[in-house]
Amino acid sequence: MPRALPYLLLLPASLFLLVFFFYPFGLVIVESLTRGGEWTTENFSRMTGHWKFSSAFWNTIWLTAIVVPVQLVMALTMASVVQKLKTGRSGLLYIFAIPLGISDLAAGLIWLAIFEQSGFLNSILHAMGVVDQPRLFLGYQSIWVIFLAVCLAEIWRATAIMMVIIVAGMGLIPKEYNEAAEVFGATRWQRFTKVTLPLLRPSLQTALILRILMAFEVFAVVVALGGTTLPVLMGETFQWQFQLQDRGVAAAYAMVILGLSVAFSLVVLRLLHVPKGARI
Amino acid sequence: MAEIAIKGVAKQFGDFTALHSVDLTIADQEFMVLLGASGCGKTTLLRIIAGLETPSQGEVWIGDRRVDHLPPRERGIAMVFQNYAVFPHLTVFENIAFGLRMAKLPQAEVTRRVTRTAELMHIEQLLKRYSGELSGGQRQRVAVARALAMEPDVILMDEPLSNLDALLRLEMRAELKGVLAESKTTTIYVTHDQVEAMSLADRISVMNGGYIVQADRPTQVYRNPAARFVGSFIGNPPMNFLPAKGAGDGRWHVAGQVFDGPKVAAAEFAIRPEDLHPSEHGLDAEVRVVEPLGPHTLVTAEVAGQPFRAVLESDRAISPGDVIPLAPIPDRIRWFDPDTHKAIQ
Repeated sequence: MPRALPYLLLLPASLFLLVFFFYPFGLVIVESLTRGGEWTTENFSRMTGHWKFSSAFWNTIWLTAIVVPVQLVMALTMASVVQKLKTGRSGLLYIFAIPLGISDLAAGLIWLAIFEQSGFLNSILHAMGVVDQPRLFLGYQSIWVIFLAVCLAEIWRATAIMMVIIVAGMGLIPKEYNEAAEVFGATRWQRFTKVTLPLLRPSLQTALILRILMAFEVFAVVVALGGTTLPVLMGETFQWQFQLQDRGVAAAYAMVILGLSVAFSLVVLRLLHVPKGARI
Repeated sequence: MAEIAIKGVAKQFGDFTALHSVDLTIADQEFMVLLGASGCGKTTLLRIIAGLETPSQGEVWIGDRRVDHLPPRERGIAMVFQNYAVFPHLTVFENIAFGLRMAKLPQAEVTRRVTRTAELMHIEQLLKRYSGELSGGQRQRVAVARALAMEPDVILMDEPLSNLDALLRLEMRAELKGVLAESKTTTIYVTHDQVEAMSLADRISVMNGGYIVQADRPTQVYRNPAARFVGSFIGNPPMNFLPAKGAGDGRWHVAGQVFDGPKVAAAEFAIRPEDLHPSEHGLDAEVRVVEPLGPHTLVTAEVAGQPFRAVLESDRAISPGDVIPLAPIPDRIRWFDPDTHKAIQ
C-alpha cells in the first residue's frame, strides 16, 4: 500500500470540513472582531453592554448546570436498569429513545401544549378542582416556571442520548470485574462507584461533552416555551442576527458560546482523564 | 477451620442440568482440584461455592456456617479468575488492597499485607503500575496476591494458569503449590489440565456430565479409576480398553489370551499403556504408528481390531507393520463393568 493512500482517502472529508466548516468559522471570527471593515472589540462591548447579555449568559449556564447533572444521574440509573434486564432490553431502549427522534422545536411545542393556558396541565388541574380557572404558567411574571418547563423539556428530550452512550459503555465492561469486586467484599453501591463508574470514564466523557455542548446551544425549546421572555445565548445570537440585523454582535455571541463549549469540554476531559495503561 | 461441605447441590440452567446432586467434602487446608473437560460442571460448582451462582437445590457449608444464601462477600473466600480480572483503573497496589479497603482495614495493615503478598509473588517492583502495563504472567501474580492478601479461609481458583504460555505455566504451577501450602488455606482449583491436577492436588474430583465420578488422591485416581471415564480421561495416552469374554470361574479371554479376573457375568479389560512390556507371549499388537519421544517410544497399534497404545523402552527397534506380543503387568490390570462403566473390585 502506498504511504500516501490513507491521506488521499481522508482528503475529501478534510476538504469538506475546510470549505464548509473552517472557512465560515474563520469568517465568523473575523466578523466578531471587525466593524465597518476595521479591527475592533466594539462588537463585544456592545454585546456585554446590552441589558439582556448577563441574563442570557447566566440562564444558559444555570440551565446547563441543572439539566446535565440531573440527566447524568437519570441516564446512569436507566442504563443500570437496562443492563440488568434479561428480556425486553432492546424494547425498553427503543421506548427510552423515542424523544431522540423528535426535533427540539417539536419537543418544545409538546411541552407548550402541556403548560400553556389552554393546555393539558390546566385542563387536569381544572377537572380535579385544584384551580377554578386556567392559570397563565408561562408568563413574564413567573420566569422561573418557564425555566422549570425548559428544564423538564430538555431532560425529557435529551436524556436518552446519554443513556444510549452509557449503555454501550457498560456493555464493554467485562462482567468478571464486577464479580471480582463482589467476591472481594464490595456491596452493590461500592461495585457501582469503585468499579463501574471508573471503568465507564471514556463513555462518560463522550456523553457529557456531547450533552454540555447541546445544552449551551439550547434554543428551540426555549423559544417555543418562553419566546424571548427567558433569554439564552443562542436566542440572543438569533435576535441580533435576524431581528436587529447586527451580524457583528451575533458573531460575538457565537464566540462566547464557542468559548464556553471549549472550556467545559477541556474541564470534562481533564476530570475524567484515564491514565495510559489504565484502560480496559 | 474451613472445611467445605457440599450437600446435594444441583444446578439447572433452563432445560440444561449443569450439576446433578453433587456431594463433596473438602477438608480444612486441603488442596482440592476439580478436573474435567469443558462443560462438565466444574466451573459451575466453583461459582456456586463462591456465591456467584445460586444452586437450584442443595446446601453449601463453609466451616460450621451454611453459606448458600449468603452473598459472596460474607463467605470468607477469595478467588482467582481465569481472565485474572485485575482492575484496569487501579494500580497493582490498589488491586491487591481492594478487598482490604472494602473490609476497612487500617492503612498500616493494608500496606503491610500488600507489601508482604507482593513480595511473596515477586511483584513488589510493579506496585505503582497499571494492569495495562503488565504481562499476562504478571497480571496472574497480581490476581493471586490479591486473593492471598485477604488471608482467607478458602481460596477458589478458576483455571488460573490456562491463559499463560506453557513454560510460564510450569513455573507458576510450582510456585503456586509452594505459596498455597504455606498459606494454610483450603483451596479449590478448577482445571481441565490433568497434569496440573496431578501435580497440585491433595485430592482430585474428576467430573463428567454434571457428576463427580471419583474424588480421591491423584495416585489413586490414576492407578484405580473408579469408572471407565476416569481411565479414559486421565493419563496421556489414556488407558486401553479391550472386550473380554468370560471363560468361567473368573477367567477371561482377551484377544486370544487368558487372564484372571473378577467372578462376574460381564467385564471389560483395561490396562495403562506404560504397564505393558514386549514379551514372548502377550496381546498381539499390530503396530500402526511409532512415535519416539526420547525417554520412551509411544506405539499406536491394534489389538483384536481395537485401538491400543503402549509406552515402551526407546532402545527397541519397532516399525509400523510389526506384530509384537505385549504382556500386561498382572497387578496393573483393571476390570470395568461394560454396562455401568464402573470399576469391578
